Amino acid sequence: MKQKVFASLDEAVSGIPDGARIMFGGFGGAGFPNNLIQALARKGTKNITAISNNCGTREGELGLMFKNNQIKHVIASFPGPHANHFQDRYAAREVTLELVPQGILCERMRAAAAGLTGFYTTVGVGTEVAEGKEERMIGGKRSILEMPIHADYAFIKAQKADELGNLTYRLAARNFNPIMAMAAKMTIVEAEEIVPVGSIDPENVITPAIFVHRIVQAKGLRYAG
Amino acid sequence: MPGDGIQKNVMPDKPRLSREQIAQRAAQELTDGAYVNLGWGIPNLMGEYLPKGITVYFHSENGILGMGRRARPGEEDFDQVDAMKVPVTLIPGASFFHQADAHLMTRGGHLDVAVLGGFQVSEKGDLANWKIPGAKGSGGIGGAMDIAAGAKTLIVCMEHTTKDGAPKIVKQCTYPLTGLACVDTIVTDVAVIDVNPEGLVLREVAPGWTAEEVQNVTGAPLIAKERIPDMTLG
Repeated sequence: MKQKVFASLDEAVSGIPDGARIMFGGFGGAGFPNNLIQALARKGTKNITAISNNCGTREGELGLMFKNNQIKHVIASFPGPHANHFQDRYAAREVTLELVPQGILCERMRAAAAGLTGFYTTVGVGTEVAEGKEERMIGGKRSILEMPIHADYAFIKAQKADELGNLTYRLAARNFNPIMAMAAKMTIVEAEEIVPVGSIDPENVITPAIFVHRIVQAKGLRYAG
Repeated sequence: MPGDGIQKNVMPDKPRLSREQIAQRAAQELTDGAYVNLGWGIPNLMGEYLPKGITVYFHSENGILGMGRRARPGEEDFDQVDAMKVPVTLIPGASFFHQADAHLMTRGGHLDVAVLGGFQVSEKGDLANWKIPGAKGSGGIGGAMDIAAGAKTLIVCMEHTTKDGAPKIVKQCTYPLTGLACVDTIVTDVAVIDVNPEGLVLREVAPGWTAEEVQNVTGAPLIAKERIPDMTLG
């Protein structure tokens, strides 16, 4: 069996180069891979393109990496009311932003995961989101072309991982994590608990091990709104 | 500016519904067994005012169906939060799923009703609700565009006019759009209005208001039958 379990957070983020495209799971304070984010902050990787629903909660979540100026471009649906470090960098033009409707953000990542080269949708037609995108009528509905979002890495927060990389999530901490885990070339998981292969009932696996490349145990960190 | 090109009207000195009362009126649009998504702002208050005896399955875009009331102090679980980051309880029959499936439900016409806040609604039912022109910062879309595009029935809850008295129901939206021709019903502090193919139809007025007075604070023509009933809070 290929060894996927890493002994430390710093080893789990080793080899991530400057300029990497990285997806970060999490929504509403739940399911954020905060330990991995802090490891990447220690590593000091720069010029990152970040793909995430939001842009941090003060110094928590992605806030730390905006504070450190490690991110140059972000693809997000809702930067959020407490993303002050992002907003400062954005106002100073040190970071650029592509705003994407939340469900379309999911589907563009899922398209990348599924080997699709794009899809049409009615979401965003006639709005700023449609600017520069191909539009055509499909079934009598104005539709725009959306392209896949690929990434080099995904940072995932799971509840339980087996040593092969099968994952479960807790409650609504699941959110973006299973989608991002499928969409990136290398998926790095922080899990509350790592268990032997075979100890998660196959019926209860949410992310199958084929999508997971690195696993590290870490007790979850949370940042209040 | 809101209502550019539209003459600001003197606001009638009559009582308007509070935000809670708007939510209370809008909650009466929900029926037993409905799957419903509530947006930020006034819509988020509706859960408190469900008509007696009905069960509604509230949907959250982070992957919950069947949210109950907000968690009380001591019972919060911060892995079980709504889209506003508030810890919630579940009702029997609830389920969890990932964000893509949550939005498959919003876009794919699977929810019965979605309720959003609004900055402007046009006479064709166009909605602007995510960015105020000239506001500081990046703005944010969240799930609003997916919801606007896919809801079977979309209700907008908002105050009828801006703080300056400019109409928020207009011929054409001047704020950045969320979706085209997506709104079905508007519930405000002075009226309930349906967006029909023939135009904006005034269904109810706040107690003490006349159809003409509602028209005077509205930036698009309203179609009004002879007698318009008062809004009741159930």
